[in-house]
Amino acid sequence: MSKKFLMKGNEVIAEAAIRSGCTMFFGYPITPQTEVAAYMSKRLPEIGGVYLQAESEVSAINMVLGAASAGRRVMTSSSSPGISLKSEGISYIAASDLPCVIINVQRAGPGLGGIQPSQADYFQATKGLGHGDFHLMVFAPSSVQEIADLIKTAFDLSDKYRVPSLILADGIMGQMMEPVSFSEEESTDQPDKGWATSGHDNKRAPNIVNSLYLTPDELEKTVIERYQRYDVIAQNEVLFEKYLTEDADIIVVAYGASSRISKSVINTAREKGIKVGILRPITLWPFPTQAIKELCKTAKSFLCVEMSMGQMVEDVRLAVEGVRPVSFYGRTGGNTPRPEDILHKIEQLNEEEK
Amino acid sequence: MPEFKKTIGLTDAPMHYCPGCTHGIIHRLVAETLVELGVLGKAIGIVPVGCAVMAYDYFNCDCIQAPHGRAPAVATGVKRALPPESVVFTYQGDGDLAAIGTAETVHAAARGENITLIFINNAIYGMTGGQMAPTTLPNQITQTTPKGRDVSQAGFPIKMCEMIATLDGAAYIERVSTHTPKHVMAAKKAIKNAFKVQIEKKGFSMIEILSTCPTNWGMTPADSLDWVEENMVPFYPLGVFKDKSEEGVF
Amino acid sequence: MEHNIIIAGFGGQGILFLGKVIAGAALIQDKNVSWLPSYGPEMRGGTANCSVCISDQEIGDPLVTKPDILIVMNRPSFDKFIGSASKNSVVLVDSSLIDKKAERQDIQDFYVPASQLANENGLSKLGNIILLGTLAKATKMFEKEIFYEAIEQAVPSSRQQLVKTNKQAFEIGYDFIA
Repeated sequence: MSKKFLMKGNEVIAEAAIRSGCTMFFGYPITPQTEVAAYMSKRLPEIGGVYLQAESEVSAINMVLGAASAGRRVMTSSSSPGISLKSEGISYIAASDLPCVIINVQRAGPGLGGIQPSQADYFQATKGLGHGDFHLMVFAPSSVQEIADLIKTAFDLSDKYRVPSLILADGIMGQMMEPVSFSEEESTDQPDKGWATSGHDNKRAPNIVNSLYLTPDELEKTVIERYQRYDVIAQNEVLFEKYLTEDADIIVVAYGASSRISKSVINTAREKGIKVGILRPITLWPFPTQAIKELCKTAKSFLCVEMSMGQMVEDVRLAVEGVRPVSFYGRTGGNTPRPEDILHKIEQLNEEEK
Repeated sequence: MPEFKKTIGLTDAPMHYCPGCTHGIIHRLVAETLVELGVLGKAIGIVPVGCAVMAYDYFNCDCIQAPHGRAPAVATGVKRALPPESVVFTYQGDGDLAAIGTAETVHAAARGENITLIFINNAIYGMTGGQMAPTTLPNQITQTTPKGRDVSQAGFPIKMCEMIATLDGAAYIERVSTHTPKHVMAAKKAIKNAFKVQIEKKGFSMIEILSTCPTNWGMTPADSLDWVEENMVPFYPLGVFKDKSEEGVF
Repeated sequence: MEHNIIIAGFGGQGILFLGKVIAGAALIQDKNVSWLPSYGPEMRGGTANCSVCISDQEIGDPLVTKPDILIVMNRPSFDKFIGSASKNSVVLVDSSLIDKKAERQDIQDFYVPASQLANENGLSKLGNIILLGTLAKATKMFEKEIFYEAIEQAVPSSRQQLVKTNKQAFEIGYDFIA
């Protein structure tokens, strides 16, 4: 086992990115993710990389678009209101089949909202981070160690599929320190980027990075081709964790910070004789629809726990297809679900099933 | 006598521009310059949203189509991603560069970003059918200023060269025109100066080029050229507004 | 082993640093550990607190609401958190800054004039580490040497001269109670 460090989630985002071959970062300060930029501004110049503080989130994501077009591994980071500003550029990046990694350390919204942790950007991340038909691959770590592991996956898969990756974290994940160790293995070889606009050197035809198609048939064809790639991703790249689900009557579904709070409650509920387990989506897109569908065969009901007014719960209901009841418990505005309240909700559900 | 030929800096794709529009001339000036400076193979063009959006099909170099107004930010990302010998330029209209992308333009200049902006100012929005531009002249009639631009209501036009020249990162800022052959030749020289500044890593460069839009101005091509001379040049004086091509900005 | 700790006081008192040292000691002992700061608009002299969880089990909620160890270094923090401390918890109070005692019989409370002791010993701003010394003695959660190692790791490499004064402060706090 390699050495463990006590590090903040935000710093691990940055360090793991560098260890994954990311050499360029563009950002704009916003609480609670600013340590990502601070860490990058110190470390990237040391390895000959590029750190640049942009004049806005809008500019930062477009600098990412430029650097990704040139074939480099590049990342940007922000928090909820800043991600809204980036959404224009994200749509163009997705439409231009450019790989990159985007970080959202969520804070509470809507509007300027607050700066405390939240999961209220689930809809935005998984359904609509910009105009048009497209998806990002969305990863939701629930520990600082998992941040380190998922950043590398996010870069590798983004290059592999030419689909941008989003790490959907929150203020707790960003601000918290936990022990972390980094993989000793060298960063994987990055695939050849023969499509990059790096200058043709008079040796090939010009490369063009573009998202404009004025003929509907042509545009439809490119979108369908991209959706075929999304199908492959949905087949092969779904990640989730199950804990004590085999004999469970009640399945809690939660991700990120709310999943770890829920998981500790599972053990307490089990001690009280309640058969409860948890399914934790690690990829939010693609969503573990099939895994939830499977659990319908053994579970009696589902409980979705989120730091929002109920967003992922809609995907759980779509997966369950009405064959089992799906309840929701959430806190919003920067509050986190309290373990005792989750336990109370589980006890209630258990009573109702008797 | 030298033969007039197509430059290898442009592809064979037929251009979509309206008859009498000066985009075609300016494309050629930029392309010729890249070839003459021997940097076509190292060039990356960032094209805008607007009439020139399909310039990626015309320039015979690698191209990126940027979100509206964001070309200087995209150019920044590309330039910093590639070896310093790369030559990165944007080609932007007045709405792209001076309205929706004003912040990107100003900050790329303020950073002394070693890129070149080719700024086409025709005082109107062409692609959407002739609405007011940030550079529309006072009292000029457009679709959205049907009684003429009333500055007390719609505000004043922006003189980008004058504004950008005040920034310390700007190394070469010049305004030129394309309404006579003599002006076209001067425009070519200005474009070449700007790219040289970039190649020699002296800082940010921008060439503003007064251009025509016969279709949306509702004039013949010939009248449009006269209109530039009579109305635009007096408001947007031609000349070099900043020249740090010797010492550089840093 | 399981501890849920809240450390609270003013910004600038080394509240977050103290949390990092305790978390670092737990890591040296190969425990599961989390450290979560309060965060907000940056303001010198504003209130600061952090939650530290130490456990042999996987840590769920990193936000501590019922601490079994509470360290408070100003009056607002004392008022805010004293009621939340769990039964039999260890409560350390900087009595040079807090002129009040807990009206509870179900906690083990210690009143240490930490900031005053720090100033008297030329260890300005090390009241936090004095309290750490007392905590080590009162709870025996880790050996003294483990805390020393954690201090060495937590002090930035550019300011290693502070290791010595931190250890002095620790000793003062350690010896403050029998």
